[in-house]
Amino acid sequence: MDENELPELTEDEKQLFADLMPEDLTEIMDTGVNRRHFLKLLTLAGGGLLAAQSAAAEHVLTRPFQEPAPSGIDPASLENAVNVTFKVNGMAHKVTVDSRMTVLDTLRERLNLTGSKKGCDHGQCGACTVIVNGSRVLSCLTLAASCEGKSVQTIEGLAQGNRLHPMQEAFLKHDGFQCGFCTPGQICSAVALLDEAKKGYASYVTANVRQSAGPVLLSREEIRERMSGNICRCGAYPNIVDAIQEVQSGKPVEQVFRSV
Amino acid sequence: MRPFAYTRAKDAASAIKLLTENPNAKFLAGGTNLLDLMKEDVERPNALIDISGLGLSEIKTITTGANQGGISLGGLGKNTEAANHPLVRQQYPLLTQAILAGASGQIRNMATNGGNLLQRTRCPYFYEVSMPCNKRVPGSGCGAREGINRMHAIFGWSEQCVAVFPSDLAVALAALDAVITVRSANGQQRSIPIAEFYRLPGDEPQKDTNLPHGELITAIELPKNRFAEKSYYLKVRDRSSYAFALVSVAAALETEGNTIKQARIALGGVAHKPWRALKAEQMLVGKEATEANFKLAASAEMADAKPLAHNAFKVELGNRSIVLALQMALNGGKV
Repeated sequence: MDENELPELTEDEKQLFADLMPEDLTEIMDTGVNRRHFLKLLTLAGGGLLAAQSAAAEHVLTRPFQEPAPSGIDPASLENAVNVTFKVNGMAHKVTVDSRMTVLDTLRERLNLTGSKKGCDHGQCGACTVIVNGSRVLSCLTLAASCEGKSVQTIEGLAQGNRLHPMQEAFLKHDGFQCGFCTPGQICSAVALLDEAKKGYASYVTANVRQSAGPVLLSREEIRERMSGNICRCGAYPNIVDAIQEVQSGKPVEQVFRSV
Repeated sequence: MRPFAYTRAKDAASAIKLLTENPNAKFLAGGTNLLDLMKEDVERPNALIDISGLGLSEIKTITTGANQGGISLGGLGKNTEAANHPLVRQQYPLLTQAILAGASGQIRNMATNGGNLLQRTRCPYFYEVSMPCNKRVPGSGCGAREGINRMHAIFGWSEQCVAVFPSDLAVALAALDAVITVRSANGQQRSIPIAEFYRLPGDEPQKDTNLPHGELITAIELPKNRFAEKSYYLKVRDRSSYAFALVSVAAALETEGNTIKQARIALGGVAHKPWRALKAEQMLVGKEATEANFKLAASAEMADAKPLAHNAFKVELGNRSIVLALQMALNGGKV
């Protein structure tokens, strides 16, 4: 197959895709959707599920989070209730939580933002990584109560409408995942990593930490070291490093699946 | 997790007062270790006093007193900020390397300098509440003494506890003769040299440090030194990143020509506290900085090691790691 051609999709399949997701077609084609992924979408579309799912996703992503807390949570029933006001993806929220509630559980169970994942719940896997006041942190080891006045950015807040964040595009292009469970954490971690590199932060593999210059261009070794807090059980590491290197350097990195 | 009352402290004085009044209360700073231990039911505070909003994060040059010309790190400053501050990178690159050898980017962004010093051991018998552990439940026995003790101590352990202290930052601080500044209930500040801050397990392994309940770490002071040109933090672990040390070495040299004027060596992953290799240091002073002398010093230090059933490998690993770290330090600490 000619590398520049669209991957293995028939004209009918392309047409169906175009009908379902007109704005995304070119983008998805350019970033190299594979047949497996496409067929999965088709299966969903067959039952009319894709449309419903898209509508639901649209609702979740765009609705202003000013609705009351989901029913069944009565602040008076909480043993140690704490009031917290904080921002999530630019939206202000006021929640009453049990003092034990982590940011991760608050996002997932109270704000319906289920993009951040609970992997180990003990700070060992990085799947729950979110960006708080510009720094990547583990939301499973952060109490919601301690986030008063802070600003949290999650995977749901990276895209601008239908325009993906460059890091999300790069993960798609380079197939930086298999099952996808660690991906929101990987991407949030990688996005914050770009800022750390811009600030000239060092790592344990930095050749000379005394030489503190400005922005650093990250080698593959540097990216691996700096991303070591994000575990991928599928082992998509080489592709994840490709994606981050492409965004960080601003130069295209060859897609592994095209070169083998 | 067991229920606890949560209070956001307004200032250091009221935070210390709240803690002093309740023997079951704990300070919450970065939370990276404490919340994990609470989820595991190892730590069971009935109140958390959140001190993360108190400030105390400044990094500055010390202008008066015994450590004049050195630097001071705020107790509540983040590990990432300490590692990357220009003063630290320039004057104490050993500390930068040690901090960056620990944990992950996310955890270093959360963890505070004071909290890092007070983290608990990662001994699996300490973490697993169904196992005996004198550190967790005094008098219950030590599961690791006759259990799986590959990761455990080879220096300074007791029959009651063979756990090791997990911090990397503290190992560098031990080599750099840091001084911990704490504030107590009466509002007074006092300074504790790091060598007196940590303790060996003895008969009271439940105590990691000599810091009494109710005192707050406000700063860590680093005396001025001449080690910036020649220092290195070597960490040997089961995987190349994001793992605790099997053995780590903070090494620093001051040389004149090829003669060693001063040497500092501290080991991590081998004892209940950062292990200052004083014997090796003394052997190196006045000697030529050669591999042969490094080897003599290393083997003199490691000769005192008392390995357990599964960690005899740490003795030879310690030997070689000390030599390698000294060589790296001599070469300017560059990776």
